[in-house]
Amino acid sequence: MEIIVRFLDKNGLIVAFFCVGLITYVSSVLSDRLTNRKIPGSAIAIIMGLVLAYIGGRVTGGEKGIADMKALSGFGTMGGSMLRDFAIVSTAMGASFVVMRKTGWVGALSLFLGIVLSFIGGVLVALLWGYTDAISLTTIGAGACTYIVGPVTGAAIGASSDVMALSIAAGVVKAVFVTIATPFLARFIGLDNPHTAMIFGGLMGTTSGVSAGLAATDPKLVPYGALTATFYTGLGCLSCPSVLYLLMRMLFGNG
Amino acid sequence: MIIYGVAILAFCYITGQLAGEFLGKALGIDANVGGVGFAMLLLILINDWFAKKGGPDKLTENGIQFWSQMYIPIVVAMSATQNVKVAVSSGLIALLAGILPVLLCLAMIPVLAKLTKKVPEHGDYSPVS
Repeated sequence: MEIIVRFLDKNGLIVAFFCVGLITYVSSVLSDRLTNRKIPGSAIAIIMGLVLAYIGGRVTGGEKGIADMKALSGFGTMGGSMLRDFAIVSTAMGASFVVMRKTGWVGALSLFLGIVLSFIGGVLVALLWGYTDAISLTTIGAGACTYIVGPVTGAAIGASSDVMALSIAAGVVKAVFVTIATPFLARFIGLDNPHTAMIFGGLMGTTSGVSAGLAATDPKLVPYGALTATFYTGLGCLSCPSVLYLLMRMLFGNG
Repeated sequence: MIIYGVAILAFCYITGQLAGEFLGKALGIDANVGGVGFAMLLLILINDWFAKKGGPDKLTENGIQFWSQMYIPIVVAMSATQNVKVAVSSGLIALLAGILPVLLCLAMIPVLAKLTKKVPEHGDYSPVS
């Protein structure tokens, strides 16, 4: 047994290729047989991935989902940010520059709106739970942007560690929720063309959520959503600890 | 040659990500700003340039297409490494703070989309797969 685990760990990436292949096959069979292709196979595969991540987290108590299991550690490499970003860039091959340029300014507008709206949403929830100091409110609001903006902001303005943890959790919930909800809500918000996909990417911002959600909805839309979403975390890290924090201090004092 | 395509993609990735790192540094924040976006734009420009010169050969293109076909499997692997346990078990406040903003933003999408005039649908872009 130990020999097997060590072998699987040593050849992690290849093992992950094989496992993801299996997951994809099972999902496409499920999509055909159970849902008559109403729910795309890729959406089922991604949800199965999330379930695996939950199981991994429960069993090992770690933070990296199934990759914390030694035998499946290769998932960490395959699903890590390097290969993910490399693959996202490659999807630009089929994208149209003309469409991107035409949607450019709405993309920028949706970025700003996305950050401010997410921030306000997070702050509102924090207020409901009885937080009144500007630092905690800002940190939780930043966490509602992405799970990177939250801790970066919290560290910059000196938030307590439980508030930081909360902001990370909020960001992770957002990524997971966007992943699951996008394919089901796409129809209702008109998310079926590159133009809307760019707006979607800018408003949601969470790269993992947007890329997975769009992949499950329509792979053609991925490059458009990814293009705007990639600016979100940076802009969030820029505006949350500065402009938005100052605004919170004006509203709620130094607390 | 397949490796030419992979190398072109790698060149775009490295250049774009570096630009994103430097832009982040210039803005004084510890994050990559738009690296993937710059890389994508660069790839589109290079692809355009090749197309004008008669297109890259099939194998070179396959080197890039391979990765865009691997995109969804990689995303599946990524979902399997998310910290879902924290998302599920962190209590109502984190759940709400994660979900409410998404709903707010989702509601804005039709408004923003209407605000701008429609680009001719499926006119001048060719699907990835």
